Amino acid sequence: MKLVVNGQPHEVDAPADMPLLWVLRDILGMTGTKFGCGLAQCGACTVHLDGQAIRSCVMPAVAAAGKSVTTIEGLSSDGSHPVQRAWQELDVVQCGYCQSGQIMSAAALIAQKPSPSDADIDAAMAGNLCRCGTYQRIRGAVHRAAELASKEGGHVA
Amino acid sequence: MWRDGMQLPVPLALAEPVTTVPLATGLSRRAFVKSAAAGLVVAFIVPVAARRAFAAEPGPAAKPPVSPNAFIRIAPDDSVTILLKHSEMGQGVWTSLPMVVAEELGCDWSRVRVEHAPAAPEYAHTAFGMQMTGGSTSTWESFDQLRTAGAMARELLVAAAAAKLGVKAAECRVDNGHVVHGERHVRYGEVAEAAAKLPMPASVKLKEAKDWTLIGKPTRRLDSRAKTTGTAEFGIDVKRPDMAVALVARAPVFGATLKKVDATKAKAIAGVLDVVEVPSGVAVLGKHFWAAKQGRDALVLEWDEGAFAQASTANLRDEYRKLAATPGATAKAAGDVEAALKGAPSAIEAEYEVPFLAHAPMEPLNCTVSIDAEGCEIWTGTQFQTVDQMNVGKALGIKPGQVRIHTTFLGGGFGRRANPTSDFIVEAALVAKAAKRTVKVVWTREDDIHGGYYRPMWLSRLRASLDADGKPAAWAHTIVGQSILAGTPFEPMMVKDGVDATSVEGAADSPYLAAIPAHRVELHSPKSPVTVLWWRSVGHSHTAFVVESFVDELAHAAKQDPLEYRRALLPKGARERRALDLAAEKFGWGKPLPKGHAAGLAVHQSFDSYVAQVAEVSVEDGKVRVHRVVCAIDCGPVVNPLTVEAQMQSGIAYGLSAALHGELTLKNGRVEQNNFNDYVALRLPEMPKVEVHVVPSTDKMGGCGEPGTPPIAPAVGNALFALTGKRLRRLPFRLA
Repeated sequence: MKLVVNGQPHEVDAPADMPLLWVLRDILGMTGTKFGCGLAQCGACTVHLDGQAIRSCVMPAVAAAGKSVTTIEGLSSDGSHPVQRAWQELDVVQCGYCQSGQIMSAAALIAQKPSPSDADIDAAMAGNLCRCGTYQRIRGAVHRAAELASKEGGHVA
Repeated sequence: MWRDGMQLPVPLALAEPVTTVPLATGLSRRAFVKSAAAGLVVAFIVPVAARRAFAAEPGPAAKPPVSPNAFIRIAPDDSVTILLKHSEMGQGVWTSLPMVVAEELGCDWSRVRVEHAPAAPEYAHTAFGMQMTGGSTSTWESFDQLRTAGAMARELLVAAAAAKLGVKAAECRVDNGHVVHGERHVRYGEVAEAAAKLPMPASVKLKEAKDWTLIGKPTRRLDSRAKTTGTAEFGIDVKRPDMAVALVARAPVFGATLKKVDATKAKAIAGVLDVVEVPSGVAVLGKHFWAAKQGRDALVLEWDEGAFAQASTANLRDEYRKLAATPGATAKAAGDVEAALKGAPSAIEAEYEVPFLAHAPMEPLNCTVSIDAEGCEIWTGTQFQTVDQMNVGKALGIKPGQVRIHTTFLGGGFGRRANPTSDFIVEAALVAKAAKRTVKVVWTREDDIHGGYYRPMWLSRLRASLDADGKPAAWAHTIVGQSILAGTPFEPMMVKDGVDATSVEGAADSPYLAAIPAHRVELHSPKSPVTVLWWRSVGHSHTAFVVESFVDELAHAAKQDPLEYRRALLPKGARERRALDLAAEKFGWGKPLPKGHAAGLAVHQSFDSYVAQVAEVSVEDGKVRVHRVVCAIDCGPVVNPLTVEAQMQSGIAYGLSAALHGELTLKNGRVEQNNFNDYVALRLPEMPKVEVHVVPSTDKMGGCGEPGTPPIAPAVGNALFALTGKRLRRLPFRLA
């Protein structure tokens, strides 16, 4: 199957039922996207499919064929995406394992809602678990990312 | 998770002595430094050869940067690499411990890089004698050691720079990575190599607290960039040449044994490479996770489920309840409790219960092992390097020193990655041995939830009586639950007269007991095939809930304010009181709250830190809603205030997860929960607004990783009582 990941086309030989997550991690070697549950319960595997946040652990890779996949590695080339900068500024991460997924969910949110309310953040981020409990700083960082993005013309994804 | 005196027993201490390898310069690799300010401090010089071997560098051609000691490397380009002997699992040691080194080293903070140290004797915990991360000890245990290491390196750099400039060392000072003499500057990188050839200073002078510029300053994490760009390497991300990925089918019932394996269908799955048996089950190796998973699902296994297949949580509860009514091993006793209770006009009696809990770190367990002629090489996120070396050495029949461990970032630990049996690491080593190839064993979330090593289920029976003033006159507490340490190498030190210290910590040493004339704390430690382990805050995870809820019950029975009632029981000047007073003041205890809201408080010491929390709750649509938590901590001197704040938020979220949702139940010897759909964890919309206040303190330094967790369940439970009049004595809280 043909996959386009972070703008790069890939020809992938994988079983039809293989989830996108494992194609990314174990075939393409892009390990920034994480495995946490395999059931779309924790959000650690969140990537963008044509700009929408999806859980790659339950999406067969074939369903992504012909669409544009963006992973944490492709969000920015240098960690400069407003969400990444806000995360660094507010010192959000702890163990860090869930943060690729958190950042991808947050980036999709502010691309769709440039000034998200707390309720918007609750709705968009409820699917991303963090066992370290970084939620309070995540909330602050999503607001901060929206602010950074709007200052820079709103282009975030 | 540990208390003082919990060194590894001598027969199990790592056999290999610290090697004294001559440097290229002929100097000893090891130096002992005596510092008047800090008592006896030992600093080591890491053997360069050994480090190179551990780092798996391609040979002697790679010239290592100059190594003033085991913890610091300074390169000619002025970059400073700090070797971290502790494991970064979220708690922030990747930043806070380098701050401690840099305070004395005087380097440019922006040039500091961090690496996990290899597993080696030089990196042993100064109190426990083995390399490990746990017990909320990292900062205090290495505070003097790392300051001394930084100061030693600074002295050497100053001496080398002075020689280069032809001046006296005493006339030089350091500033931001430079040695300065008058108008002249020498960069650290310029003299690092020369400095490494100088003899170690016989003693170093450490800065006084008033002169600290980094320690105590809010400092952002050094692992932020890697962890926001997907480049941080966790164990599960490790890739090795010709590596297979394996999943292991383990016993469905605790204590079950394998009877029959039919791997025909599994081997027919595309991408399955091999199927091997190991003591813990059957491993399916695949060219990737998905193949191994499909293969494991296709295994046909027959198990002899054994006697535990009849066990259920309801049965256990009945058994524990019966035990709680009988005398147990005495953990603490004063006065005649039974007489005091018998003579009291009204005794207060209660039963509390908390369930088995999985740690459920976000990164599922995993371990990569490669066996070679020299021993074996391991890549994993572990909290327990020395123990892992011993266990793997034993399992493979090699020396502990032949087990080379590369510690990756840990995607959460919470105690699960510090196992006296090294379960997930030994298993991976045995799979690699059986399959004769490099293998990464990965656990699914279901494997993690079903895999044992839980926080034990605990049941407590409490009885108390009050005197005429409403103060407790008698207090009897019987605790029932499995011992974490029984059967481990730590049992001889930590289980005394039938009492596992970690089972009763926070209860037997409660500061309230001193004010209660007759008191008794007893323990029953029933055995079961369910494996148990320390879970963030260990015994305190149940004792704080029980003690702080029951004290609240007594305050209400005495018709007294819960804050004043506690204050009256605590000695004047107690650090608990200072924390309690600060939290209450910042919360506005006693002031009116919005309609439908109520507040509750709790205070608890664990790991030498004193934490008070006030929670504001309501009930919305039949569900508990925690709006706000004001948290005060006295942990002694603070290295990084941002870390303390983060760890309090983290401990509260972890404890709130357990208070509101977390529960593993048994039926037919099996854990009934499977994944995050039914083993529920706190989510972002449920996170209260947490305010953290630090009690200014120069008292003994405590920990931060765990002490935020214990007080939250009782604070919320006490608030729910204030709101509803109903006392909830079982976790997780159920309103109906």
